[in-house]
Amino acid sequence: MMKTNIAPVMFRKIQRNVIRERFFAGLNAILLPIIGILIFIALWAAVAKNIDTSLGEFPGPTQVWQQSFILFDEHNAQQEKAQAFYERQEKRSAKRVADDPDYVLTLKVFTGAPTFFDQIWTSLYTVAVGFFVASIIAVPLGILCGLSKGTYAAINPLIQLFKPVSPLAWLPLVTMLVSAVYVSDDPMFSKSFITSAVTVSLCCLWPTLINTAVGVSSIDKDLINVSKVLRLNAFKHVLKIVLPSSIPAIFTGLRLSLGIGWMVLIAAEMLAQNPGLGKFVWDEFQNGSSESLARIMVAVLTIGVIGFILDRLMLSVQRHVSWDKSVSLR
Amino acid sequence: MVIQKMKTFNTSMRPVLVALTAVTFFSLCVNMQLAQAQTKVGYAEKEELKIGFIKLTDMAPLAVAYEKGYFEDEGLYVTLEAQANWKVLLDRVIDGELDGAHMLAGQPLGATIGFGTQAHIITALSMDLNGNAITVSNDVWAQMKPNIKHENGRPVHPITADALKPVVDKYAAQGKPFKMGMVFPVSTHNYELRYWLAAGGIHPGYYAPHKGDTSGQIDAQALLSVTPPPQMPATMEAGTIDGYCVGEPWNQQAVIKGIGVPVITDYEIWKNNPEKVFGVSAKWAEENPNTHIRVVKAIIRAAMWLDENDNVNRVEAVKMLSRSTYVGADEEVIANSMTGTFEYEKGDKREIPDFNVFFRYNATYPFFSDAVWYLTQMRRWGQIEEPKSDDWFMATAKKVYKPKIYAVAAKELISEGKAKASDFPDFATETGFKPPQSEFIDNVTYDATKPNAYLDSFAIGLKADSKI
Repeated sequence: MMKTNIAPVMFRKIQRNVIRERFFAGLNAILLPIIGILIFIALWAAVAKNIDTSLGEFPGPTQVWQQSFILFDEHNAQQEKAQAFYERQEKRSAKRVADDPDYVLTLKVFTGAPTFFDQIWTSLYTVAVGFFVASIIAVPLGILCGLSKGTYAAINPLIQLFKPVSPLAWLPLVTMLVSAVYVSDDPMFSKSFITSAVTVSLCCLWPTLINTAVGVSSIDKDLINVSKVLRLNAFKHVLKIVLPSSIPAIFTGLRLSLGIGWMVLIAAEMLAQNPGLGKFVWDEFQNGSSESLARIMVAVLTIGVIGFILDRLMLSVQRHVSWDKSVSLR
Repeated sequence: MVIQKMKTFNTSMRPVLVALTAVTFFSLCVNMQLAQAQTKVGYAEKEELKIGFIKLTDMAPLAVAYEKGYFEDEGLYVTLEAQANWKVLLDRVIDGELDGAHMLAGQPLGATIGFGTQAHIITALSMDLNGNAITVSNDVWAQMKPNIKHENGRPVHPITADALKPVVDKYAAQGKPFKMGMVFPVSTHNYELRYWLAAGGIHPGYYAPHKGDTSGQIDAQALLSVTPPPQMPATMEAGTIDGYCVGEPWNQQAVIKGIGVPVITDYEIWKNNPEKVFGVSAKWAEENPNTHIRVVKAIIRAAMWLDENDNVNRVEAVKMLSRSTYVGADEEVIANSMTGTFEYEKGDKREIPDFNVFFRYNATYPFFSDAVWYLTQMRRWGQIEEPKSDDWFMATAKKVYKPKIYAVAAKELISEGKAKASDFPDFATETGFKPPQSEFIDNVTYDATKPNAYLDSFAIGLKADSKI
């Protein structure tokens, strides 16, 4: 009797446990992050009140929240000013053309200072270009290193030498190099943009390069044998065997690179005074007004959120193209 | 007259004379054309300009010229861009990334003679007079205070460096360096701070560029070093320096933050001293003469607006400057000095209506005598290592300061009815040399026509013919 009863009881117990586990897992996924954030905000608010800097109280969550709206308003106000600027320009240009028929009319871009949102856009654009350039160099080079031990041996010392170099050490060299080499009367890109992008590229190279090389060199022997049996030529071998099998590794490298690129960019912009979020932070620091710290905090959070979004984007791309869906990606 | 004379000559000379008359007539025509060209400046060669500035209240004429549309009235589309420090600003003007900039008066001179980065930089416009002050940390102030005469419970100003001397001596006795910040080796602030220290018997140190020593600390009792203006308060708060000389709002910032006390304004060191200039590279000015004149016109108008009706527009200007794209400090901090008052110790606010002068007293005119003064100070502290003749001082001043361009701009404004002739010096008679001035804190008279004699009149500093 006893024995026959045990099974359903056990079953129910297990079922209950599973439900409970699932419930808690769901709870964990949603609730715990919220609890974490709330605790952080509460701590921040409590601590901020007690820190007195020479620029006034350290900004708490409320001030930062308010400041983000002010920044938004400023952006809108600047937008209106730009509108007025173009209207004035149109009238002035019409008059000039009437007075001076030889005049070659060109549109002058709005001369107002970039707002916070303009700076976000500039930074994103710069990092995208720098990252793209780095990737189209690093991936082929990485494949080459992975395929041929000789190339790897030749390049490896250079990788090891330059990988740990801080972007800020590169910056002065890059700045001087760009202003010496990039000379044109009507430049398509501003020098500051090129400087930032090149600095980002220099630091984005290494993780992609190394991961690609490692990924390529650790391809399953069976796959290589298959390629040999089928007598694939070098190009097909890379396309059909090497690339597909090393994609997870390549993307791991790309993700790391993008993260590094984003961090490097902010630092480069700050130091070299190139337009972007980094410059925004530095300018606000220099202003030293009672609102500066709150505005910097808005920028800090924005940089964090954007970094997070970039990472998630890369992750979803990686998931999409990766053949090995079983690997947990975090 | 030529025709009358012709009759008296014999016929064989006639063809020659006809030719001569023709030449005279032709050159007259050309002269007339030139005269016409002078009264009407052509369109700007370059319409989109980028002008650099440092976050200081004396960049105000640029902000006003932009916000009030004076640049656009000249057909110029100007972008104003804050720069990280004076060196970056100068380098960017030299390599052409900036078309022009708000510069320290010593920068075009220093660059042209090759102290620091060598490049021919010129200026056709002074941007303001006065506007700086020397601030010391609370700790130094507490030690200085007993040495200062008081009246009605308030310190008597101007305070000389004599009050600081015992403090510096005490530091020396304890083997501690006494450190002060200034903004750039060829900055007004460096020379003002040195002038004030030396007038009180404290040696600020020599430069010796020919020996590779550009620290400016040889024989120094007070060690001066460079800190960018906006970082001054933070650097003093961190204890890296014991005091500094900087433009506004960074002295008032120290008072309001409670981290230091301004002891003297530069108005009291040298009454109505020239401060910033609008600098461009000589190459740029040559390529864009009309643009240059037009920029100068716009900035003169802005300066007039700033000083109009006893500073009536200053409140509006303060609002403008407090925006984060310009100076960005709090309105009350900027207003302190811009509206004609200055707060020394907290609560000790005094009237100094001429603390910031943008237009009156011919503030915008580029006087040769101002240039010569900066050159004498460069010589005094060894930045110019070799003895130089009086003629050299004159020639260098004339190579850098361009009052002719200023005159064209001013006459243009007068003919457009935007200014009165009485607002400017009489261009026909102005020599560019102010009469000897003696309103210095040590009462030494400065005669710009005798720079070497002036150098010999100081107790501390290199003499006319001495070398390090």
